[in-house]
Amino acid sequence: MAKKLSSAQLQELAIEKKIKRRNFISFSAFFIGAGAAFGGWKWLYNSPQETAGITAGTRQPLRRALNKTELFFRRIFSNDHVVKTYPKERAAKVVRVNSDIGMSTDNFNAANWQLSVVKKNGHVLKIGIEEIRALPKTEIVYDFKCVEGWDQIQHWAGLRFVDFMAHYGLQEQAEMEYVGMETPDGAYYVGLDMESALHPQTLLAYEMNDQPIAEVHGAPLRLIIPVKYGIKNLKRIGTINFSNQRPRDYWAEQGYDYYSGL
Amino acid sequence: MKVIQEKHPLAIRWTHWVNFPILMIMIWSGLLIYWANDIYSITIFGYTFVHFFPDWFYQWLHIPQRLAEGMAFHFLFMWFFTLNGIFYVLYTLISGEWRLLLPNRHSFKEAWQVLLHDLHIRKMVPPQKKYNAAQRIAYTAIIVMGFGSVITGLAIYKPVQFYWLTWLCGGYHLARIFHFALTIGYVLFFIIHIVQVILAGWNNFRAVVSGFEVKEEPAAVIEIRTPVVVKQKKANGKKTK
Repeated sequence: MAKKLSSAQLQELAIEKKIKRRNFISFSAFFIGAGAAFGGWKWLYNSPQETAGITAGTRQPLRRALNKTELFFRRIFSNDHVVKTYPKERAAKVVRVNSDIGMSTDNFNAANWQLSVVKKNGHVLKIGIEEIRALPKTEIVYDFKCVEGWDQIQHWAGLRFVDFMAHYGLQEQAEMEYVGMETPDGAYYVGLDMESALHPQTLLAYEMNDQPIAEVHGAPLRLIIPVKYGIKNLKRIGTINFSNQRPRDYWAEQGYDYYSGL
Repeated sequence: MKVIQEKHPLAIRWTHWVNFPILMIMIWSGLLIYWANDIYSITIFGYTFVHFFPDWFYQWLHIPQRLAEGMAFHFLFMWFFTLNGIFYVLYTLISGEWRLLLPNRHSFKEAWQVLLHDLHIRKMVPPQKKYNAAQRIAYTAIIVMGFGSVITGLAIYKPVQFYWLTWLCGGYHLARIFHFALTIGYVLFFIIHIVQVILAGWNNFRAVVSGFEVKEEPAAVIEIRTPVVVKQKKANGKKTK
């Protein structure tokens, strides 16, 4: 009897030991893992800001991630993926104004406005608003989306960017990778990947709700690019240029994603 | 005598603990984004019960004016959240664990019994294997919710490229509301989960780290021969049932 008991005790002890050993291993692994995760988080959270250039204002690793994510989603981009459109009645009568950067009235006279298009060879095309109005007009009623999270159904009309490029013989420029647009005072500027700029719903808009665009909405000519957040929809276009490198972009310098595509 | 009983496979423990910090970061960065257009509230007949979120809440967590930062974090950790979820689902499918996790035809009735038992209204413990009926429903629902977060997230992140997802979610507005509501759901799940884990005790919690539980089992076979021990075994048998 005594012998039996001791063997049971031995067994009990062996199990006890095994429990302790497994507990030790798994809890050590758990705490090491938790420590590593916490360390990794600290590293990321305290990682240095990127060097200010075309993009700025965010942590270096996060910018790298944004750029990699852009590459992934650009592969899904297609001209066949068009923005949903609505009947005209759905369009907002009071259109939200969210920004006036680059819209200063000093030194700006709408009557003298001309669009400057800087060609690859450096030549500058000067185009007046009447000339653009004379070209085929395209209308769109769609849900304008702001990076802040709000959206509004709006009605715009103008010249499709792809038609604009064809009409002014800018095929050579269309083969470049980026389009840059700036306000006349250079205070607001955006960079766009060419495929998004040439999307069939991208407009150089001069009308809103069947009326010439009001000053606050970007008269006389503004960009409406439904495949991007509002931050890319530059008002009062002054110059358009082309590049194989990313043109400067106002909000990409403030920590936002350069691509900002929808 | 103590016996080691294997409970949670390594893959399940791994995905569980990896998900925890990732989901925390997703909720936090989501708040940084939501703040920029914080239009949701619970309003009935013109009376607002809760506004998401009150100012003190934002101040307390340092939420305001960090939209760009929130987006940058959100769009990095979304990958880890999604991949971890896919890994978990694949593991449960391939290993057969799903049989223990998915609710079956008895689960909804039994879950009610579990609830009554947990609230100390009903004495009898409902039958269960690894998970009781309420757990099956909760742990399956949380996976469906995770899937829902990815779908509604994509629907508001790329509403043009994934227009069909946005359509499936009932449009951009509804997708954003679902995406938000699911997050509130996680927080509620988390609170109940923590309370249940505390109530269930150390053995149960340890299993999610070390994988096993320690059970008291009747003593070794040799001892069964004496009538006294047989009685003990019966008593023990009843206890474990």
